Amino acid sequence: MINAVGRDIPDELLKNGKEVYQGKYYMDGKFVRKATPATRRCEKPQESKLCESIKEACKKCGAHDGMTFSFHTEFRNGDYVAAMVAKVLIEDMGLKDIHVAATSLGSAQNNIADYIEQGKITHVTTSGVRGRIGEVISAGKLATPAIIRSHGGRPRAIEAGEIHIDIAFLACASSDCCGNASGIGGKNNCGSLGFAIHDTHFADHVVIITDTLVDFPNLPSSISCTDVDCVCVVDAVGDPSKIATKEARMTENPRELMMAENAAKIIASTPYFKDGFSFQTGVGGPSLAVNRFLEDYMAERGIQMGFALGGTSNAICKLQDKGLVRHILDTQDFDQGAAAHIFKHPDHHEIDLNEYANAANKGAYVNKLDFVVLAALEIDTKFNVNVITGSDGVLRGAPGGHPDTAAGSKCCIIVTPLTRGRMATVCKSVVTVTTPGDCVDVLVTDYGIAVNPLRPDLEKCLDDAGIPRVSIESLQEKAYSLVGAPDDLEWEDKVIAVVEARDGTILDVVKKVKPFSF
Amino acid sequence: MIPRPKPKKNRLRRTMMFMNAQKPGLIKDAYIYGADSIILDLEDAVAENQKDAARFSLYHALKSIDYGDTEVIVRMNGLDTPHWQEDIRCIVAGGADGIRIAKCESAQDVKTVEEHVLAAEKEFGIEEGRTLLMAALESPKGVMNAYEIVTASPRMFGCAISGGDFRKSMHVQIQEGGIEMMTARSMMLLAARAAGVQCFDTMWPNIDDKEGFEAEVVQNRKMGFDGKSIVNPRQIRFVHETFAPTPKEIVYAEKLVRSFNEQANAGVGVYTVDGKMVDIPFFEDARRVIALAKACGVYHGDL
Amino acid sequence: MDIQKSAIAGTLESSDAQVIVEPSDHGMELSIESSVMNRYGRQIKAVVLETLDRLQVKNGKVAVVDKGALDCTLMARIECAVFRSCGLSQKNIPWGGAVK
Repeated sequence: MINAVGRDIPDELLKNGKEVYQGKYYMDGKFVRKATPATRRCEKPQESKLCESIKEACKKCGAHDGMTFSFHTEFRNGDYVAAMVAKVLIEDMGLKDIHVAATSLGSAQNNIADYIEQGKITHVTTSGVRGRIGEVISAGKLATPAIIRSHGGRPRAIEAGEIHIDIAFLACASSDCCGNASGIGGKNNCGSLGFAIHDTHFADHVVIITDTLVDFPNLPSSISCTDVDCVCVVDAVGDPSKIATKEARMTENPRELMMAENAAKIIASTPYFKDGFSFQTGVGGPSLAVNRFLEDYMAERGIQMGFALGGTSNAICKLQDKGLVRHILDTQDFDQGAAAHIFKHPDHHEIDLNEYANAANKGAYVNKLDFVVLAALEIDTKFNVNVITGSDGVLRGAPGGHPDTAAGSKCCIIVTPLTRGRMATVCKSVVTVTTPGDCVDVLVTDYGIAVNPLRPDLEKCLDDAGIPRVSIESLQEKAYSLVGAPDDLEWEDKVIAVVEARDGTILDVVKKVKPFSF
Repeated sequence: MIPRPKPKKNRLRRTMMFMNAQKPGLIKDAYIYGADSIILDLEDAVAENQKDAARFSLYHALKSIDYGDTEVIVRMNGLDTPHWQEDIRCIVAGGADGIRIAKCESAQDVKTVEEHVLAAEKEFGIEEGRTLLMAALESPKGVMNAYEIVTASPRMFGCAISGGDFRKSMHVQIQEGGIEMMTARSMMLLAARAAGVQCFDTMWPNIDDKEGFEAEVVQNRKMGFDGKSIVNPRQIRFVHETFAPTPKEIVYAEKLVRSFNEQANAGVGVYTVDGKMVDIPFFEDARRVIALAKACGVYHGDL
Repeated sequence: MDIQKSAIAGTLESSDAQVIVEPSDHGMELSIESSVMNRYGRQIKAVVLETLDRLQVKNGKVAVVDKGALDCTLMARIECAVFRSCGLSQKNIPWGGAVK
């Protein structure tokens, strides 16, 4: 069946009430009855929930063949815990048919790629599929199609019962013996535990894994002991050199600076740019540069940012200290400066993925967002964006909060160079749709700016501000004239991944790439 | 082939950015960075055994890439190498706007190059006289011969000093404040102005030393250079801002030009503006400043 | 032109292409590897054949390892390799003629 972004979704995926994408806000107003976890009652007093080893915790929590385990990636590329847990379940305990529900998967979980190839892991739901895991799934080695979900789509799916977590294994900077766990106060701090919290309310069992045991009670804490079954202490939850990243630096690349300056100019030309405006932050070089240019406009007009939302870096914390940002709503801390700032500043708040972006609750914070500046691997002439497959058709990226912030914000700006090596970023049709074009408003490239015709109001803003713009078709033609028009990829029939929209409908599918032959 | 406008001797060349002729992936985006000129290099950026390969890359880069309004100069190998003749054939056939003569030391060097350029223009059906020339002075002899060099051909649009080679031959190191290059810079500037052509300073190699770079650019501007060689797009903005007339200079220039128009009609040749005595040379300079301000995109008046 | 001896041009750097030519008497043997094979494999082959045709190369083994080079780079590398294989790459290149 063809969906609202023109993608053909195989009928066999449309079972159990699964529908195709039918446009943003399609599910608005519908009712949902939430799934609930099976909770083991701990009525009899326990002095401590400490286990000798992860394996012991797994046994206590009833780890079994066919189970789903989950973990979070607040420690990103430095995380040890997810790989450790996978090894215990599959190698030490010999379990099979394992389902993985991760907030993201990348190079820190390379052993999971091995287990997929060995057929031990059979189901995967995740946002990111970076590194070997992406290659292995693209090669068709996973027994079932991987389900790609955004940061907001994950809590929705868990609450709808589409993901049933048997055991959530959550890496934390510090914990007490009963499971009051936090993202700070340990040897390796991640700051916000926003990616972890929701699982503690919906998983049947929760295991906290930390390298720093502290006295009881570890309060205030992000995770409450009343939601925790077991606590394990390991030597290190991650690689400090990869966790304790120094301050993310603003780009010095003049091309990126030029695009960032244009993005800031566009933001300042809209009526949403007034005192109390909100902004989705990221940590890519251009994102920090946009903040920097916005600061000048804010000073010029005497306005403050009402709240900054999302992934936080030290740069935004400094703006808050300067009094230019009133609140920070933080799901993830990218550097040590941000991790040290959260919980110290009274208006720097931790929020979880549900509060951040769940499309099925009573209004996530993305719904109040004014501006978001995002990147893209590809964007087509209908403004559909691809952040998951490379131009070779292999899984390599992550939707993250991209679709959620694009849908919720009043002005979504994509910033990307027109070409990357011999790859046209602006193309006729993206390989995979991860953010539908009806949620994307403006494209800024190094060769020009285009506004989605669905937003004549924004077209007028740019025109009134004297910001030159061109049609997205002309940008696509320029891209092809620079690198040559690419041939279409050829696909086999096998679906290796399903891309779910944030409302649970199916946005696109990724099939196995046919090897090239002349 | 993307048609290119005819090269102009007198045009804005505040920044002349060196680029590697064998990296078309980078060159194709050159005009986005906004440098006034780019210099594709066949000389020092290319290893001795790759000079032939660089020419093939250069030829195709010249023919297939859209440079917008950016001027395209090619730095050829010196006359003391076996490469320069084929370099000239390739550069002219490719349709570059001009040639930078490396290690230029005498008027004869210029004339030799000019001969071969003309022959190549004839051989490849290029409009005769189209290809401009500039001289890179890299030795004490070159600097001392600056005036005869820049007047040796009507194609000559300017000269530049190449700091690295020059310092080596002078047995000096790079100094803060530039005293080791002071005389050479001054001599070049005198020669260029006497000949009515442009003058460019050497590139600043240490991209991370922002302070040192900016100090040198400001000095360049004060000494009267028309532009500077750069090696990284990050260096463009500051040079363009520094070389553009300041608002204060523009306002003064406007005053002079307006008052001149009035006074000339009344038959007056010398008078005071802002308490200073001004005469014809002031007005000519004022017109130059306004023209420069327009070219730099910073003039918003109605003259 | 005839490919008289083995010759190589270009590098394996991103956006470049490495071309190795060897003499052969049984017509053209082409081998192409590319980091963007699925999208540009066909176009790369066309450019290679077109360039060899313009140089009137009828026999030879040509191996191209492409790292996302634009057409102009591919042409430059093939031409350089072929001219080098005849020892003719340093002087009197037919700019605008066989090299276009």
